[in-house]
Amino acid sequence: MTLSTDQQTGEDLYDVRLRVNGVVHDLRVPARRLLSDALRHDLGMTGTHVGCEHGVCGACTVLVDGRPARACLMFAVAAVEVDITTVEGLTHPDGSLGPVQQAFRECHGLQCGFCTPGFLTTITAGLEENPDPSHEEAREMIGGNLCRCTGYQNIVAAVERAAVLRREGQERP
Amino acid sequence: MKPAPFAYHRPRTLDEAVALLASEPDAKVMAGGQSLVPLLTMRLAGPATIVDVSAVEGLDTLAVDAEGVRVGAMVRHADVLASADVRRVQPLVSAALSHVAHPTIRNRGTTVGSIVHADAAAEMPVVLAVLGGSVDVVGGSGRRTIAAADLFLGLLESSLAPDEVATSAWFPALADDAGVGFAEIARRHGDYAMVGVAAHVDATAARVGYLSVNDVPTVVDVTGVDPADAGEAALAHLAPGGDVHASAAYRAQLVRVLTARVLREAHEHRQSRQGAA
Ligand SMILES: Cc1cc2nc3c(=O)[nH]c(=O)nc-3n(C[C@H](O)[C@H](O)[C@H](O)COP(=O)(O)OP(=O)(O)OC[C@H]3O[C@@H](n4cnc5c(N)ncnc54)[C@H](O)[C@@H]3O)c2cc1C
Ligand code: FES
Ligand code: FES
Repeated sequence: MTLSTDQQTGEDLYDVRLRVNGVVHDLRVPARRLLSDALRHDLGMTGTHVGCEHGVCGACTVLVDGRPARACLMFAVAAVEVDITTVEGLTHPDGSLGPVQQAFRECHGLQCGFCTPGFLTTITAGLEENPDPSHEEAREMIGGNLCRCTGYQNIVAAVERAAVLRREGQERP
Repeated sequence: MKPAPFAYHRPRTLDEAVALLASEPDAKVMAGGQSLVPLLTMRLAGPATIVDVSAVEGLDTLAVDAEGVRVGAMVRHADVLASADVRRVQPLVSAALSHVAHPTIRNRGTTVGSIVHADAAAEMPVVLAVLGGSVDVVGGSGRRTIAAADLFLGLLESSLAPDEVATSAWFPALADDAGVGFAEIARRHGDYAMVGVAAHVDATAARVGYLSVNDVPTVVDVTGVDPADAGEAALAHLAPGGDVHASAAYRAQLVRVLTARVLREAHEHRQSRQGAA
């Protein structure tokens, strides 16, 4: 991790290599740059949203080596040597919607969409771990994410629908 | 708000980490960051240097044997909770962990970090205290083992020196003739509890630990007291406070109700284990 100095602020800058959605990005940031800000401001990947910025709302949730993590509770300098997946990485390679995204669209699982990226990443990992959740488990899966609009019913329905779409997708050759 | 500027280090060895802590004034250890980063972002903490121990070799071991469970400093809550061996050897650890935050936080947060953070509202410090566990630390003056009884000094204050790194926590195994119980009441699923209670009973003693009641995790000996009266008896040693989450009177009532519930659960657990043996 090489150091340089920001000419304007005098703050130390660190050279950081992030792997996001399979693409390597080299950036130069101060140590205090949150991963959420590095994604949004430095890499221009504004799919990851920032709500509370202290770990409570879940809007900023990304996958770190496949497991959900709050991007607002990690520093970019510490997010090295891992694979980061953001909501931008959940689409199919041809750009069509991934199963969880498709399920949200079908079930009306979003209104303003602010919370949605965090739900999509969380549910993607949740279905990886438990591909066939019961209704209770589907509710449990999203227990750490807040939504101010939907009342959650359609999000729970989307979890269940996504499980079906995922299985159908896997059955296809 | 954003954190104030700090210098960042990512040592690969414990020696390096300890040397950094000794040489850098105002340095702070970071493990999973799930408590530290919010404190930095809210500018409730502003260390000059952060020593990230997440890449230090040898801290990510979870070791379970007949004696107990040893959790390395970089073992995440989620991995401890997922371990069937931990659940078998010391079920109180698993029972309490399922109440620690949400799965997403548990994916990053460490059990050792949660213990040395010494939050009176946290589950794992109380579990360590009720079970009589300990924490191993390494610092400028060498290695030492701190018993749970000597670990918690005050609100968010542990007895680790600023240049010490906790390397592991140790939870003794549940003896054959013992049982445990855990319960808490929180406003919302995954929130910090308004009151939480952990109990350990065996043939000779009954101990109950409380979180979110005093400034430090507090263990009360209720040996020989009927579970129905144990909460009232424990309140003589507790000073429940009132805040926006719960009034002092409500906390006291939760102490009474949860103590009875958890003690009965622990006795039943003990009986079921003896029935099985
Ligand atoms: C939304 C949210 C909800 C939460 N809910 C709960 C809850 O209900 N119950 C609960 O118990 N916790 C809860 N937590 C906190 C969580 O459990 C943290 O993971 C844990 O408290 C700290 O572990 P960490 O590894 O993240 O430590 P860090 O945040 O990295 O560090 C915390 C403190 O401990 C020190 N420290 C950490 N590791 C070491 C070490 N090895 N040696 C020396 N010092 C060290 C650091 O210097 C710092 O002061 C919650 C957190 C969030 C964000
Ligand atoms: S912005 Fe990260 S959890 Fe709310
Ligand atoms: S859709 Fe608006 S916050 Fe969830």
